[in-house]
Amino acid sequence: MCGIVGLFLKDAALHPRLGALMAPMLAEMTDRGPDSAGFAIYRDGPARPTLSCLAPEGFDWPGAARALADATGAEVGVERISDHALLRVSGDLRAARRWLIDHVPQVDVLASGEAIETFKGVGDPLAVARTFGLEGRTGTHGLAHTRMATESAVTISGSHPFSTGPDTCLVHNGSLSNHFLLRGMLEAQGERLQTENDSEVAAAFLAWRMRSGDTLRQALEAALKRLDGFYTLTIGTRDGFAVLRDPIACKPAVLAETDRWVAMASEFRAIAPLPGVEHARIWEPEPGTIYTWGGGDMAKAA
Amino acid sequence: MSDGITATAEAQANTALDLTTLSVREANRALQSAKGGAFRLLNPGGKHALACGLSQPVSVSIEGHAGYYCAGMNQRAEVTVHGNAGTGLAENIMSGTVRVTGDASQSAGATGHGGLVVIAGNASARCGISMKGVDIVVGGDVGHMSAFMAQAGNLVVLGDAGPDLGDSIYEARLFVRGAVARLGTDCVEKEMRAEHLDLLRDLLARAGMQADPAEFRRYGSARRLYHFKVDNAGAY
Repeated sequence: MCGIVGLFLKDAALHPRLGALMAPMLAEMTDRGPDSAGFAIYRDGPARPTLSCLAPEGFDWPGAARALADATGAEVGVERISDHALLRVSGDLRAARRWLIDHVPQVDVLASGEAIETFKGVGDPLAVARTFGLEGRTGTHGLAHTRMATESAVTISGSHPFSTGPDTCLVHNGSLSNHFLLRGMLEAQGERLQTENDSEVAAAFLAWRMRSGDTLRQALEAALKRLDGFYTLTIGTRDGFAVLRDPIACKPAVLAETDRWVAMASEFRAIAPLPGVEHARIWEPEPGTIYTWGGGDMAKAA
Repeated sequence: MSDGITATAEAQANTALDLTTLSVREANRALQSAKGGAFRLLNPGGKHALACGLSQPVSVSIEGHAGYYCAGMNQRAEVTVHGNAGTGLAENIMSGTVRVTGDASQSAGATGHGGLVVIAGNASARCGISMKGVDIVVGGDVGHMSAFMAQAGNLVVLGDAGPDLGDSIYEARLFVRGAVARLGTDCVEKEMRAEHLDLLRDLLARAGMQADPAEFRRYGSARRLYHFKVDNAGAY
């Protein structure tokens, strides 16, 4: 069991409150996934190319940033938060990400993009939210996840969300039964997986499809055919998000929409505190059906 | 609380239990210990296991959306959810009535032995799974695998039914007014006789639904899965 919440703000007046609205949603899903948690926030305002990174305690972030700058010619700023760092890269973000993964194995690159910032940890979800200041974060939309591990160990890097490409990420409730076979196929296709987690395989699958030219919708249609197991997936993109449940649909999901926001959660109780919820249209997403919000880069998420 | 509950019926009519101040356990304890009367559950906020395990003829109005396993194991009580209900509404209901004004999530009325479950909106997957005598009336559609392994009782659907309706069904009766996406294994359409029209008319009236019984089709078990086939002995 895991818990998922997602919030997409249509009303810009709510942007300053994104994190404040999401934190209680995440907290409400604690008993679905008390062992670890994570969240991705899509900042509002101007684009700011960023790598969200994780490394063991005591890691030399300034040294790594200097080495990255020297190697790629980009300017690299460091904002440290606990065992995470946001590397602000003025230069080729893809090249910087690749260089870090190839040359600094202690670093886990959790996300890359111009708006996305991702944080994750083990333990009480609300404590993870506090450590990384979820409540004070502003933005257009975000996803969060509480994890009850089934297929792999409880580790920080095994927490969700998982990156599926620039400014895209995935959270998963369920378990995949063919992740081992898919992992081999994806690695042969050049995908770099950083954990033993089955959900990361789903993320890598979407990343691979989109790298090969699929739109997010096409990648999700391919996922419906190739992913075997139970899943409710929520995928964040630069300007929206998508929801997909497997055709058996054992894993729950509730969607709610008002003029001001769209919310997704594993259970309604996570949506219940949102402003104006009493006037929301509330429904359960159909099995095997792709739901999307936002436009623009949804068509070409990668 | 139980002392207050045994007061006059008039006083009970206004008994409000507010879940912003009471825990679910406290509210359920109050409902379970009442011998009768009417209650309002305020601010349910999608919480789980609301109004569960009631065994006396109390009336409960849940004023908002309910979470999982609402009104589970109900006996004799009348529970109405003014909103939607999560997974496992009225699971293992024995008697009494459970109504939902909105939609219900999966496994509504699962394993129910008796009583009536009325869902004004849609029910999702596995509605009436393993039902054992309960009557379920759904104003909208039901999702896939509804009435899976149904053993007894009646499922009435005013809208459409998703794929694999009545898979591995035993003896329950399924009445669907709209389209059935696909019948499950061993589930077949059956003749609608006068006795079924009477039964359906009564069910619709008790549910408070306006529909003409003649517009429904009946489905049930082909009874091909009842007995072990000796032809298959070699497989073991």
